[in-house]
Amino acid sequence: MAGQAPPRTIAIAGGSLAGLSAAEELRAQGFGESIIVVGREPEMPYDRPPLSKQMLKGEMAADALALACKPDMDITWRLGKSATGLDVGARTLTLDDGESLAFDGLVIATGASPRRLPFGGLAGMHVLRTRQDAEQLKADLDRQPARVVVIGGGFIGAEIAATCRALNIAVTIVEPLPGLLIRALGPMVSELVGNIHRDQGVELRTGTQAFDALADGAGRVRAIRLSDGTEIETDVVVVAVGVVPETHWLEGSGLDISDGVLCDATCLAAPGIAAAGDIARWPNTRFDECRRVEHWDNAIQQGRYAARRLLADESATTEPYTPVPWVWSDQFGLKLQVYGSTVLHDELRFVDGPTDDHKFVALYRRGGRLAGVAGIGKVRSLLGYRRMLEAGTSWDDATSATSASAQGTAQ
Amino acid sequence: MKIVIDWVRCEGNGACVVAAPELFDIDNEDMLIVLDETPSEDKRAALERAVASCPRRAIVIEG
Ligand SMILES: Cc1cc2nc3c(=O)[nH]c(=O)nc-3n(C[C@H](O)[C@H](O)[C@H](O)COP(=O)(O)OP(=O)(O)OC[C@H]3O[C@@H](n4cnc5c(N)ncnc54)[C@H](O)[C@@H]3O)c2cc1C
Ligand code: SF4
Repeated sequence: MAGQAPPRTIAIAGGSLAGLSAAEELRAQGFGESIIVVGREPEMPYDRPPLSKQMLKGEMAADALALACKPDMDITWRLGKSATGLDVGARTLTLDDGESLAFDGLVIATGASPRRLPFGGLAGMHVLRTRQDAEQLKADLDRQPARVVVIGGGFIGAEIAATCRALNIAVTIVEPLPGLLIRALGPMVSELVGNIHRDQGVELRTGTQAFDALADGAGRVRAIRLSDGTEIETDVVVVAVGVVPETHWLEGSGLDISDGVLCDATCLAAPGIAAAGDIARWPNTRFDECRRVEHWDNAIQQGRYAARRLLADESATTEPYTPVPWVWSDQFGLKLQVYGSTVLHDELRFVDGPTDDHKFVALYRRGGRLAGVAGIGKVRSLLGYRRMLEAGTSWDDATSATSASAQGTAQ
Repeated sequence: MKIVIDWVRCEGNGACVVAAPELFDIDNEDMLIVLDETPSEDKRAALERAVASCPRRAIVIEG
């Protein structure tokens, strides 16, 4: 570290997947000084993906959600405490109990929270982000309601609907766009996923917006009114309309928080300050795009990267963070996987399937390049295309490779 | 060092193959294949990466 003292205290704001991954990597890299994690939730880090799947289905106890955390890591956990302010120049965090915490390095990992609708707040209306949210929703599902309405047809909404069907509960998804997952995966894959949901008994109300929630005399939701005037009777509603990054506490810090925390290509938001996970927006030079990635695997990889970045000499050139993002989703026992970048694609092409049992591989083109791949099943083939994404393969080369040769590159 | 897979948990998504291709692969039926069940110590870092990458926490290192 040329002419620069190594960091002595590294603070981590946000005690979930990205924050824990950063802390673990700091220790794995031999950082022997103080690590302080400030986390708003009162409990140790736990895993969110099961909240819409195994846990909601009752296949997994809430206490099995805990993320494995090595006991000998010597981390100071400040749980149940929120960061309320950041002084970038002085390198201090302010906490909600008034404490001022000085740091040499900081990882911002405060994630995201569910987007709210302008109406709602009635009993029986839920969001799903935390363990507590999941416990409350599960308690309502355990009563075997006559119907659940899920507002929002993205990954989490689709998974909740699938879980309701597994529990033999009638469910309606209301989605203003023309199909499920359409923004992420485009119309053809959306149609396929929609058909799977319909076959499994999910009612889809696409192209229409939830407009209002109607209450019964006791203040509990009794129906959702759609923009076309129809009402769907229900006493359990889940609002799954995306997330907003948790940046309020950074207002006035001088950081660019227009959509998450804007970082450079090495995940630095300011000298000594990195961001990771759902909250971080950075230019991923592999895909020529600057966006946030709200997926489990990225929270781990970016959390680790951020830790290494803080330990590197600030003036040194560091390899930029250029992951091939990965997300999986589990609906009706089918594993949907997406590698790379599928949003804003110029073309979508099925190269395999869909088969009768819904398996397929679809490629996404942006400009002259392969930008993403989505599929159900066919994991070997997906992994082959993932390697092509890593290698920056052209669209022509990717599409002229049959799925067999895509597998071949896996060797 | 021994790799033990919880086959009830494993859902064959291949995340561990990305993390440690020298230790894991996926067959054409989307089943995980462990290429080396008793890897040498120099593979520990890769194996730990795979353990952390597994969203089902289906990989256990013994020893
Ligand atoms: C129900 C559900 C299912 C999912 N399923 C999948 C899936 O199948 N596949 C997939 O790839 N991804 C999935 N995800 C997404 C994945 O869980 C997230 O990408 C991941 O949790 C992001 O981790 P993070 O640490 O960046 O943020 P978060 O998990 O949001 O953690 C941020 C933490 O910071 C805390 N915090 C916020 N503000 C402050 C503050 N001011 N001070 C201190 N602490 C603060 C929060 O309370 C929280 O504990 C799912 C998410 C949910 C909610
Ligand atoms: S990452 Fe886990 S669930 Fe996926 S194939 Fe490997 S062991 Fe199985």
